[in-house]
Amino acid sequence: MTSEIDIGSRAGFARDDGVAGPPRSTGRLGDRLFALAAQGSGVLLLAVMVAIGVFLIWKAVPALQANEADFLTEQEWNPNANPPVFGIAQLAFGTVMSSFLALVMATPVAIGIALFISFYAPRRLAAGLGYLVDLLAAVPSIVYGLWGLHYFNTTMDDVGRFLNAYFGWIPLFGGDSVGGRSLLTASVILAIMILPIISSITREVFLQVPGSHVEAALALGATRWEVIKLAVLPFGRSGMISAAMLGLGRALGETIAVAMVLSTASGISIHILADGGNTIAANIANSFAEATETGRGALIASGLVLFVITLIVNMTARLIVARRKEFA
Amino acid sequence: MAKRIEVSGLNAYYGRVRAIEDISMTIEPRSVTAFIGPSGCGKSTFLRTLNRMHEVIPGARVEGKVLLDDEDLYGPGVDPVAVRRVVGMVFQRPNPFPTMSIYDNVAAGLKLNGVRRKSLLDEIVERSLRGANLWDEVKDRLHRPGAGLSGGQQQRLCIARAIAVEPQVLLMDEPCSALDPISTLAIEDLIAELKSRYTIVIVTHNMQQAARVSDRTAFFNIAGTGEPGRLIEIDDTGKIFTNPSQKATEDYITGRFG
Ligand SMILES: Nc1ncnc2c1ncn2[C@@H]1O[C@H](COP(=O)(O)OP(=O)(O)OP(=O)(O)O)[C@@H](O)[C@H]1O
Ligand SMILES: [Mg+2]
Repeated sequence: MTSEIDIGSRAGFARDDGVAGPPRSTGRLGDRLFALAAQGSGVLLLAVMVAIGVFLIWKAVPALQANEADFLTEQEWNPNANPPVFGIAQLAFGTVMSSFLALVMATPVAIGIALFISFYAPRRLAAGLGYLVDLLAAVPSIVYGLWGLHYFNTTMDDVGRFLNAYFGWIPLFGGDSVGGRSLLTASVILAIMILPIISSITREVFLQVPGSHVEAALALGATRWEVIKLAVLPFGRSGMISAAMLGLGRALGETIAVAMVLSTASGISIHILADGGNTIAANIANSFAEATETGRGALIASGLVLFVITLIVNMTARLIVARRKEFA
Repeated sequence: MAKRIEVSGLNAYYGRVRAIEDISMTIEPRSVTAFIGPSGCGKSTFLRTLNRMHEVIPGARVEGKVLLDDEDLYGPGVDPVAVRRVVGMVFQRPNPFPTMSIYDNVAAGLKLNGVRRKSLLDEIVERSLRGANLWDEVKDRLHRPGAGLSGGQQQRLCIARAIAVEPQVLLMDEPCSALDPISTLAIEDLIAELKSRYTIVIVTHNMQQAARVSDRTAFFNIAGTGEPGRLIEIDDTGKIFTNPSQKATEDYITGRFG
């Protein structure tokens, strides 16, 4: 046997003469096992998702059929009444509004914290601050809820009165039933809750900014802030959008803290300082226990709407990220 | 515009480790000075002390004097940012800003200097790209990403970016080491043109390149691992390559090194 053939069989080339037996390679088996395992998990995940989807729709449809109102536009939520009258409009509005406000408040602060920790703070302080921010993420949401209900709402009551008195001409801050258990209070609490995730992901992204980009900016005579503008933020842009979207996702789905803080009142109102407002997740938490069969179906239908909202948010984020892909 | 550099008694450290020791030399304006020497002898380190880029590495510091036409770059109250605006730098690996277009890459330094007028920006961008011999290749796609160019084009883009702000000195750390022979020639031609207006310092491992492009050549060496790098000699390029005054230089350029 020549040495070339030896090399050939060691490299795993197929041999069709059947004389010397097939080349053996445990690597091949490993590859196949891994491929199988990967495919298996993928299929299993899909199957579970489809099963959940089918179950939810199956539960929701009878309630939707019994509904006397238009599910999409009706503001009342009385699925336990006879006949049931309920719609998603107010809940969806409250959900989107509070999460959006939370995002608007949390993102700049989170990015600011990440920038400070990554580029400005002395090393010791940076580590400490990092832990502190991550610790915020470890606080259970029920604690935020209790804090919001028993303490923070009085602060927000004062803040709300102040805003209402001086900025009441802005429709958002208008209205006359200003109180501490408002959409704004819920939004601020949500903002605090999503701050750590946005901030820590943003920090991770900043850590990955290639040194060569930073040096390119420095060598041009950029100040620290200019380095951030030239090299850091453009590089981190899509990562920051992803971080914000993860935060938004968490805010959209947050249940218990919001359920505890808001004093539910019905009807869509853009007066975010007013007591009241409600979100899909909070409403589910508040009313699932006492719901009738139809009531439960209705809540499940609202959950599906929440799912769709989250999906739209994620897809929009992906579109934004992809739009400038060629520059990334 | 071009300025003379006078270095005296310069030491550079990474933390406790001294990387280069007691370097003194004069670099004439409107000339090309090449730094040669074995790997690890501190050529890049020394180059980066000339625009205060050394100190951006945590723990790194510099002792000594670098006079740029009589002004000490390390004098009290000198702002490193201001230094880097007059001493430009081109790196070994082309590093255009990947999220920016070709145009914006060249304009980046100008914008830092407060140039906002579109017509002026257009003019300087074109002039710089022409100066870097890149204009004809990119004039139809100025607003496409700079990262979409070939390696050689990216390096010329980086040169255009560096010369757009009209620095007085241009430092280049092995600017051709990632490039093919054709792109290398393009950049060598460019260096020959640029030297009429700038003081140019280039680090290279390519002896022929040093011989081709430079007027003066400085040879650096280390006594052994862990020892700081030293300047062995600096002289006219012709002399260094034909009749160096130090034995170590001769050994190095004839390949009898180590
Ligand atoms: N960031 C750093 N931290 C610590 N030590 C460093 C750092 N950069 C370089 N050094 C050390 O300083 C010495 C000089 O390195 P330098 O990069 O200046 O050499 P060089 O002459 O440019 O080599 P090459 O020709 O390989 O580029 C080396 O011993 C190197 O290990
Ligand atoms: Mg080097």
